[in-house]
Amino acid sequence: MSTKHLLAPALLGALLAWGLVPTEAPAASLQEFTFDTPAQEQAFRELTGKLRCLVCQNESLAASGAEVAQDLRRKVYTMMKEGKDQDAIVAFLVDRYGDFVLYQPPVKPSTYLLWFGPFILVGVGGFLLLRSLRRQGTAPEPTLSPADEARIAQLLAAGDDQQDRAK
Amino acid sequence: MKSDNNPHPEKDQPRSASRYFFYLIPLVVFILLVWLFFKGLGLDPSKVPSPLVDKPLPAFQLESLKDPGKMIGSDLLKGKVSLVNVWASWCPSCRQEHAELVQIARESGVQVIGFNWKDERAAALEMLHRFGDPYAMVFYDPNNQVGIDLGVYGAPETFIVDPNGIIRHKRIGPIDRKVWEEEMLPVIQQYGPTK
Repeated sequence: MSTKHLLAPALLGALLAWGLVPTEAPAASLQEFTFDTPAQEQAFRELTGKLRCLVCQNESLAASGAEVAQDLRRKVYTMMKEGKDQDAIVAFLVDRYGDFVLYQPPVKPSTYLLWFGPFILVGVGGFLLLRSLRRQGTAPEPTLSPADEARIAQLLAAGDDQQDRAK
Repeated sequence: MKSDNNPHPEKDQPRSASRYFFYLIPLVVFILLVWLFFKGLGLDPSKVPSPLVDKPLPAFQLESLKDPGKMIGSDLLKGKVSLVNVWASWCPSCRQEHAELVQIARESGVQVIGFNWKDERAAALEMLHRFGDPYAMVFYDPNNQVGIDLGVYGAPETFIVDPNGIIRHKRIGPIDRKVWEEEMLPVIQQYGPTK
């Protein structure tokens, strides 16, 4: 294969691989927040990265430039400074804005279908596939009528004759 | 096919009938999915259901928009059904619904409460001056202090609060005649008399 033929798949592969690399969205404006330790800043970035901005819903609280997102970042920041742990901050926001502020929906009865549905589908599909495969395996050889048997014998004999003649 | 080993060959008949039924399952599933997706098209993802519905309105104190320096509290709402309207002068949809709110306040007898959100006092008062003032009182929250507690993420949003201070409904987006009659009024009538 020439290099030309390899170029397109290589490019496609590179593009796809690039899509798999988690890219850190630039935090909109973190300048106003000061942290005592890098770990604290890391925790803040992590937490706001897990929260959804309700105004621009495909952006996290960390990345969104919306004013409401800045207000909420400020709230998260002050709560962290007050020493509240992540769970308390998340609970505070969920109480006010609902589960929708979380990118990862919590596992609870109303989301069981979302979480376990795919596994159930794969399970049911696998079961049906196995069952039909097993059925095919145990299916008996089709029986032939006496007339068919006679015809086969005749054809085989004719074939032998031809081979003999070819020699 | 196990028909040859089957000691009851007469049972083959219903089995093949159920086999046809089996083949229909993908079609049924497909139709259900189409229905589901079609319904999903009609949903607006920017309208996020509020967890505050059927919970008490959080207690808060804010400065009054109309009387600078005067603090007013959420306890003033109790005893009557209220429409708590989150608005701002910078918000075009708020201006769009404003005339409707003026009419609701005048005709329905429901107490309409303003919640001026992330706005400037002068601009907010100017808007009331120009387009009419439907509000019995207006809370002034320029820094989104209380807005976060109410789960506000945009304007306009409108809460129906019953006489006991319980939030009964949240409307995201502007109110027009149709929304008022079909969405808001039925809820309001459950919790208090209207004119």
